[in-house]
Amino acid sequence: MRRAPTQSYPGINLGEGHASAHKATEVVTFGFWVFLMSDLVYFGLMFAIYITMIDAQAGGPGPHELFDLKSIFAQTLILLTSSLTVGLAMLALKYNLPRARIVLWFGVTLVLGLSFLVLEIRDFLNMAAQGGIPQRSGFLSAFYGLVPLHGLHVASGCLWLIVLGIQLRMFGLTDLLMSRMVRLALFWHFLDLIWVGIITIVYFGGLTYG
Amino acid sequence: MDRRADLHKRERRRYVIGYGGSLLLTLAVFLIAHRYGIETKGVYLSIGLLGLAQLVVQLVYFLHIDRRRSSREDLDLILFSTLVLLIIIGGTVWILGNLAIRMHLQMM
Repeated sequence: MRRAPTQSYPGINLGEGHASAHKATEVVTFGFWVFLMSDLVYFGLMFAIYITMIDAQAGGPGPHELFDLKSIFAQTLILLTSSLTVGLAMLALKYNLPRARIVLWFGVTLVLGLSFLVLEIRDFLNMAAQGGIPQRSGFLSAFYGLVPLHGLHVASGCLWLIVLGIQLRMFGLTDLLMSRMVRLALFWHFLDLIWVGIITIVYFGGLTYG
Repeated sequence: MDRRADLHKRERRRYVIGYGGSLLLTLAVFLIAHRYGIETKGVYLSIGLLGLAQLVVQLVYFLHIDRRRSSREDLDLILFSTLVLLIIIGGTVWILGNLAIRMHLQMM
């Protein structure tokens, strides 16, 4: 099949159904990738600090006392599922499905994002109750520098979703709004990638080497 | 319109495959951790490799990064950032690990 010229950008895109918005979105999307990658470097620094701090527990509570793998497992499944639903929202947008469908998938994503945050905050509170507070040791400082940073990103993603919902109600599905939705989807998928790094390095790495 | 419906179906299948693959890899990681404990380095190595595999699956199926010509720019950007990351993380761990050994802290 011959590919139409408007499909030049194969990543997450709006497609030929929204030709004018599609073209404008391409450049901005690449710019957003640059932002995401610089954010990735920031996360990378926090990962590096965590790796060097794993043993610096100063006699305080360590990974084996503090990490609750069941809760981490639930958070992982929730975030992964939300990555799927944000993708489905993108497809609903791209293929001109009824607006209710777009709102539905973004809504499910928001609910999943918020439940992820509730579980994560509950974990932090449990850790604090066992004496696992940031100022206790270098290990805990590094942990609280990294994992809540990801949580903060998820929280801003949730806020972003709410703002988009309000804008959709006020202005309808404009080109600008569609372009913002594409960037939100990229951001959200990116957060799931970081989370894979967090479970592998922070949680399992901490349990292995801590 | 038929062609678009077809494309839609195909793209949706991509997301579902990516989700299924990531789900399987996640389950495998937690199952390994549950069965064999997380104490040994061999187990951790396999967990790390499964994590890497999941990153690739999500990049390809969710973020649509592949080796097609038109997504090369994104791929270049990601590869360059990965290089920067490896230098930063590798360098930090190397230098601080070396320092710890020299100061007899037995950290790394």
